[in-house]
Amino acid sequence: MRVAFSLLVFSYLLIHAIGLILFLRGFFPVSVKSQSRKNTVSEIPAEPSAGTKSNWTHLPPPLFKKTVILLIDSLRQDFVFGLKGKMHMPYMTQLLEKGTTHSFIAKAATPTVTMPRIKALMTGSIPGFIDVVMNLNSQELLDDNLLWQAKEAGKRVVFYGDNTWIKLFPNHFVEYDGTTSFFVSDFTEVDNNVTRHLDDVLSRNDWDILICHYLGLDHIGHLTGPYSHLVGPKLFEMDIVLKKIHTSLISKEEESLPNLIVVCGDHGMSETGSHGASSDEEIETPLVFISSAFERKNDSGKVPETLQQTDLTPTLAISLGLPIPRNNLGMLIHPVVEHELMRQQLRFFHLNGYQLSTLLRENVKSSETDVGVEQFKKAEKSHENWLKLYLEGNASEILKNLGNKVLKQYLNALMKLSSSLSKQVAEYDMYSMAVGAIISLEIFILLVLSFPNVLCSCAEFEVPLSSPFVSLLFYMMCLVLAAVHVIVCTSTEKVCFFCSISWVMAVAILTFISALCCIILSMLGKIVSKPKPPTMIQDSVSLWSEMDILLLMGTLGYVLSMGSSSLIEEEHQTWYFLVNTLCFVLAQDLCRKYFIVKKEKAHSLTHKSEEIEGVCIKEELKLKMLPLLARFLKDNEKLIALLSPWAILICCRLLRTLNQTGVQWMHRQDFGHWLTSSDHKAELSFLVAVSLVMIHLLIQGRCSSVSKIALAFGLLGVYSYRAATGHVLYPWEQTTKEISKGITEARFVYIFVLGVLITGIKDLLKSQVIYADPKTRSTSLWDVYCGLVLLAALLFRPHNLVVLVFCLMIQSTLTMFIWRLLKYNAVQVTLMHYWFGQAFFFFQVCLCILIV
Amino acid sequence: MDETELRRMSVGHGFGVLAVVLSLCIPPLFLDDFSLLGTHVMWLCVCSAFVIAVNIILLLTLKPNPSYKRTSFGSKVNKFSKSCIYFFISCLVFHAVVFLYGAPLLESVPETFMFSVLLSSFITSRCLFILGPNFHAWVRVFSRDGAMCVWDHSLQITTLGSVLGAWFGAFPIPLDWERPWQVWPISCSLGATMGYAAGLLFGPLWIYWNRKKLTYKNR
Ligand SMILES: [Zn+2]
Ligand SMILES: [Zn+2]
Repeated sequence: MRVAFSLLVFSYLLIHAIGLILFLRGFFPVSVKSQSRKNTVSEIPAEPSAGTKSNWTHLPPPLFKKTVILLIDSLRQDFVFGLKGKMHMPYMTQLLEKGTTHSFIAKAATPTVTMPRIKALMTGSIPGFIDVVMNLNSQELLDDNLLWQAKEAGKRVVFYGDNTWIKLFPNHFVEYDGTTSFFVSDFTEVDNNVTRHLDDVLSRNDWDILICHYLGLDHIGHLTGPYSHLVGPKLFEMDIVLKKIHTSLISKEEESLPNLIVVCGDHGMSETGSHGASSDEEIETPLVFISSAFERKNDSGKVPETLQQTDLTPTLAISLGLPIPRNNLGMLIHPVVEHELMRQQLRFFHLNGYQLSTLLRENVKSSETDVGVEQFKKAEKSHENWLKLYLEGNASEILKNLGNKVLKQYLNALMKLSSSLSKQVAEYDMYSMAVGAIISLEIFILLVLSFPNVLCSCAEFEVPLSSPFVSLLFYMMCLVLAAVHVIVCTSTEKVCFFCSISWVMAVAILTFISALCCIILSMLGKIVSKPKPPTMIQDSVSLWSEMDILLLMGTLGYVLSMGSSSLIEEEHQTWYFLVNTLCFVLAQDLCRKYFIVKKEKAHSLTHKSEEIEGVCIKEELKLKMLPLLARFLKDNEKLIALLSPWAILICCRLLRTLNQTGVQWMHRQDFGHWLTSSDHKAELSFLVAVSLVMIHLLIQGRCSSVSKIALAFGLLGVYSYRAATGHVLYPWEQTTKEISKGITEARFVYIFVLGVLITGIKDLLKSQVIYADPKTRSTSLWDVYCGLVLLAALLFRPHNLVVLVFCLMIQSTLTMFIWRLLKYNAVQVTLMHYWFGQAFFFFQVCLCILIV
Repeated sequence: MDETELRRMSVGHGFGVLAVVLSLCIPPLFLDDFSLLGTHVMWLCVCSAFVIAVNIILLLTLKPNPSYKRTSFGSKVNKFSKSCIYFFISCLVFHAVVFLYGAPLLESVPETFMFSVLLSSFITSRCLFILGPNFHAWVRVFSRDGAMCVWDHSLQITTLGSVLGAWFGAFPIPLDWERPWQVWPISCSLGATMGYAAGLLFGPLWIYWNRKKLTYKNR
């Protein structure tokens, strides 16, 4: 059977997508969820029955009158408990040392991105990765959550802060004001938007829950990192907010019930100021409970305990007198309810344990044998006994000790339940993953095998079919795979996606896998049996140059290294290494060209080609630079070409010292830190100015004159934007102005970016449609390129403008001297571009990406 | 194909491997706290010294380079001093290259330099003893199809082995396995040594296998 190649590739892609979906479905397990949607008051379990005398079936009453949740985005653990906290948050420190507080380090789950963290705080569940993918445009949160419960219970919730909350919980707030985090460089306005409401709302008495989500710190982190001079003032501002809330709540506290303030962060901040991954700095957030109900303590030097971020959910639910959300994985934080009566404490833990064991029962088949469930049952029984004694009026010391024992039992049971639930979330569905991986692998092998056939003139591909041996193999494989499928699906305890799809589909996929395997085998057999023509062998030896081998091996090795987790974290090292090697091979190729080819008798040929190249460069340079410089370049072409790989190497080495990336060497002080620290503003300003001028010089060459001017203004705008945000100094006025947002300046630059891009694209379209003049086309392409570079210059951190300069410089060197002279083919050039691109990405480390 | 030359070369290579092995075995007899990982710089010194010493002995006994045969004492001294300078320059060049690959500039300079000395003793010293301080000959040997005798081929193979070994040795350094040999430059120098030894061992075998294809036109 012969198939046209385009059809073949299309079907490959389709099948590959199926394999990929299967694999991803296995890799990203669905989060643990309860089937029925929300926990209602009627489903609340009664107190373990103590005869017939008392049956406490309703929910316990709230412990606190008003609750304020002060959520500060990207609040790292050491911003409160560490040196920074002591320095910049005096009120907080005073409360922690002498006040009535309970402080903890809450560990956030990955991904450490704001929206999943808000969800986790409110539902108590750990969202699977699939939730993140599905919910990029945050829709309403439909799972059982604290705010829904609060609304059902008739509590009035007020919210100020990040817009995400309003999208997640529409119609849940009686009063709200959302701020968008569209513009990252805005450090003040986002927070003023929240603070301006505080005086009003604190003076009123018509609310029960107040949530404030401050975004400023996160923006500072993204733009300037955790060591910036802006962090301190921001923390101080947060401290003042806390002081305001705390004093106002204390002043209004009456006899009835105390109030509660919860200070927390949704996630931390990495050493570069971003978040999303799973380093300790990103995971560990502070969690401080402040209430006059707590006992005053005097253990100032103590390190806060570590717990899970989800533990906040049941604690808040209990404190507010709400049912615990159904999907909650967290466990009640004991110190927060310590001051209550023993009977109540036991009741709280019973509620939490009941919820967790229900969730476990709904998600795990063999839940009855789970240690946690068993321990919970045991604890329930002793709780019952304790209650019997209590109701008999036995109020001695023995009762208290017994109560503490029951409490300990509950705590152990909760720990076990919580951990076995979390394990459920973290486990992969290996079977689906394996099936998906096998399909993808087979398709890949098939593609590789059929590729040589495609490259020769006949763009058709022969699918080998129906040899008796192969068909026998096919039936055998089908049988074996079906048997494996049945065995795996009947023996596994967990939920498995591939087992849960209908058996017709499963059989079809299994048949397909064996068919593909047989095709591959028969093709391999054909290739092996086919005698190779002798000329081909010799050709294939000489065809592969070192460059080809390096590019092929490097790319393949990189793909393979994705499988190892430790290599992903240090991916940049791989790229630096490969790019360096690439440069050395380039140097070797150049040496060979200039030293060795000349010695052989092909002198005339080289000379001729050199002449042609010289003419090319000359033409190029006439457009670009002064004729003097052009002559100099032409005369010393050999020298420059030989030196250029070394220049690139030195550039790369310099850039490496600029930003230390990766996890292992993160703590090392690098040049980037030195530049961004507030003492070296003058140096940074000089560097930025020089870089901007260099950028202009490097890229203006082949643009149209309009975009040249626009580019110049745009780069000027970039500088004034940086000056306005306080990163660099104004050259014209030395008076220190207060830090503004720089929105006007940024808009100014955006206008130029758009202008340049639009003119470029317009010209490009015109040249495509109306007349094909290669010169206009290249000019318009350069215009588009200009616009993109300008945009990059705006978005990069100031000290990374140097990276941009070096990047442009290396690129022009490569194109002008190396690739032209060595005549690489398109595939090689593309691969080299890709390698350099990867390396440069790591030189500047993901700064323009904004995940709030 | 010169069978006797090949046999002589195999013997010489055997001694080369022996030098590497002895550099691990002999120093513990004289030094107390000598270990490959603990006192790595020391081992680097010893290993380079041993390799160079064996190369000198081989030069004097096997005489791979015919041009050494009829020379006066003065020119010998001249060549010797030239070789020393070449060796030193190659150490510096290797140091620079290793730095460009990402070795720290100010920290652990002795380690980096000793590593480059080791590489020089694996590569440059062999070049010097087989080809002499003659840069044009070096360029010829390391260009494609430039080998003219068995020794040239062996030089190519050992050089490739050492460089590739050092190159692959750098891969484990950033990984988070927390092993003692992941410290710079231990894994690189071990890789280079293994590559060198493998080149020495497999060089003669490779040449023997491909003896039909390797025809040297003019000696
Ligand atoms: Zn956030
Ligand atoms: Zn953020």
